[in-house]
Amino acid sequence: MSTVRIAEKHETEKLAMRDAYCATLLNLATDNDKVVVLDADLMSSMGMAPFLAKYPEKTFNVGIQEANMIGVAAGLSATGLIPFAHTFGPFASRRCYDQIFLSVGYSKLNVRIVGSDPGITAAFNGGTHMPFEDMGILRNIPSITILEPVDTVMLKDLLVQTAGMYGLFYIRLLRKNAVKIYEEGSTFEIGKGVTLKEGKDVTIISTGIMVKEALDAAEKLAAEGISARVINMFTLKPIDKELIIKCARETGAIVTAENHSIINALGSAVAEVLGENIPVPLERVGVKDLFGEVGPVAYLREKFELTAEEIVIKAKKAIARKK
Amino acid sequence: MLSEDKIQELKILAINIRMETVRAMGTLGFGHLGGALSIADTLAVLYGGIMKIDPKNPKWEERDWLVSSKGHAGPAIYAALALKGYFPVEELLTLNKPGTHFPSHCDRNLTIGIDMTTGSLGQGVSTSVGVALGHKYNKKDNFTYLIIGDGESQEGQVWEGVSFAGARKLDNLIAFVDNNKQQLDGFTANIHDTLDFKAKFESFGWDAVDVDGSDVEQIYEAIQAAKLRQGKPSVIVLDTIKGKGVSFVEGKEKNHHVEISKQQMEEALAELQVELSKVMKS
Repeated sequence: MSTVRIAEKHETEKLAMRDAYCATLLNLATDNDKVVVLDADLMSSMGMAPFLAKYPEKTFNVGIQEANMIGVAAGLSATGLIPFAHTFGPFASRRCYDQIFLSVGYSKLNVRIVGSDPGITAAFNGGTHMPFEDMGILRNIPSITILEPVDTVMLKDLLVQTAGMYGLFYIRLLRKNAVKIYEEGSTFEIGKGVTLKEGKDVTIISTGIMVKEALDAAEKLAAEGISARVINMFTLKPIDKELIIKCARETGAIVTAENHSIINALGSAVAEVLGENIPVPLERVGVKDLFGEVGPVAYLREKFELTAEEIVIKAKKAIARKK
Repeated sequence: MLSEDKIQELKILAINIRMETVRAMGTLGFGHLGGALSIADTLAVLYGGIMKIDPKNPKWEERDWLVSSKGHAGPAIYAALALKGYFPVEELLTLNKPGTHFPSHCDRNLTIGIDMTTGSLGQGVSTSVGVALGHKYNKKDNFTYLIIGDGESQEGQVWEGVSFAGARKLDNLIAFVDNNKQQLDGFTANIHDTLDFKAKFESFGWDAVDVDGSDVEQIYEAIQAAKLRQGKPSVIVLDTIKGKGVSFVEGKEKNHHVEISKQQMEEALAELQVELSKVMKS
């Protein structure tokens, strides 16, 4: 059960997400001999040098072969190990979709796949490395759990939780510094969204780097007399259907906000729940069926309309559509 | 060295695997017959003389593992498992029927004794490498046996796994290439020639030998030598005949997946029975 304390100030964290990842895996590996890590030649980018230095025997860097990495992780898990396998998001999803689907998912094995540099945060690696589709394609795999931790506090808690669970997990991970959303010691329930701010006119359901934009949007809306509720939907699958229905009933309009294509991830999952249960106006903020491109995050944020301003526009539109 | 009795026993097991495979697929009316028959002798050696297994305790921690990356050889493996006592032989006749435990392709969650799920070609190579690596990590001396199809080796993932196993010097991994020279659309040499397997594996740091894949004695000796080899994985390249032992498919083009009439099934069983009698008299 979750015990969430929301940070009073939402500032950029001092600890990078990748360093929190490494520190948490070090702790997990120390406590549990079955925990091992895999990477496909991106350990340095992931800041995993301390892990490699301490536990070379628990580190399997396969080199540049993502499909093989997933299969090897599946095989390791079949012998009782608890693998965490990392590479960049596009290579952790579309490059090895069939391996994730069959060698892990269909085989009912026990692997945590970590895809870093979500969406526009791939920045200077450009369109080839910019996953707007990773969660979308993986969501089709039966039984997969898809998580997008928003800050280091949530990341640590979710890593520890998944290490103790069995199955296929995709953890979408910002590698650099996140904006602090939660106070240290907060714990989260997988499959349950967190209400960050109450509101009655519209609900903004957000994930990843869009959570801070959603909070900023709620402030801007408040200044105009509009009361917006803000949800951090950090579990894409299984989606928190009850919370979505409750928000639809209580606020009558929904906006989704994600650093991902609006096709087949948060926007779609929310639309499915609304369409089948309580059709209220829905507007989706996210990438509108476009390929990524190279550039600084600030530029990409504007280019792909992943901003608080865009959320404000969509919130007003959704409210205006209420009958 | 294998005794004459043991050689006879393995030959009998191989024929029985072929008979049960023909019976299961023939009862259904179709199946991946060619590639199941080509690997039957190797399965007989593995289950009849090599693998550390306990049919009464299929998940035994000390067991040797078998991953058939050519997942469509499943029915031949199910036959071997049934003949070793993992489950009643009659159950094989439920092959591919609704709700069966015996699907076309190997499934670790459906069939007792199947260690890994395969079917999308190439993937069993990586998963078997992971299993072998896991046994090393866990400081266990289990062997992992891996069967790769010759046509399957056209998949790039095969060579990702082979390369990694060579780099990791996984001497607890012993692979077989079922080099039956055919794939679904015809003769491999006419579609995408797979060239010299021995040379290819050796270049990835494996020990490789060519053997007659229809000769249980040669297969047995090659595996025993591979088990003793340290510091590198081993591959046994099996010179096999797709459809071996059943004349309406043996060596015939496009025998990967065939329709089997009741008459063909009866004729095939009769010819295998003749072969069985010959072996038993020898």
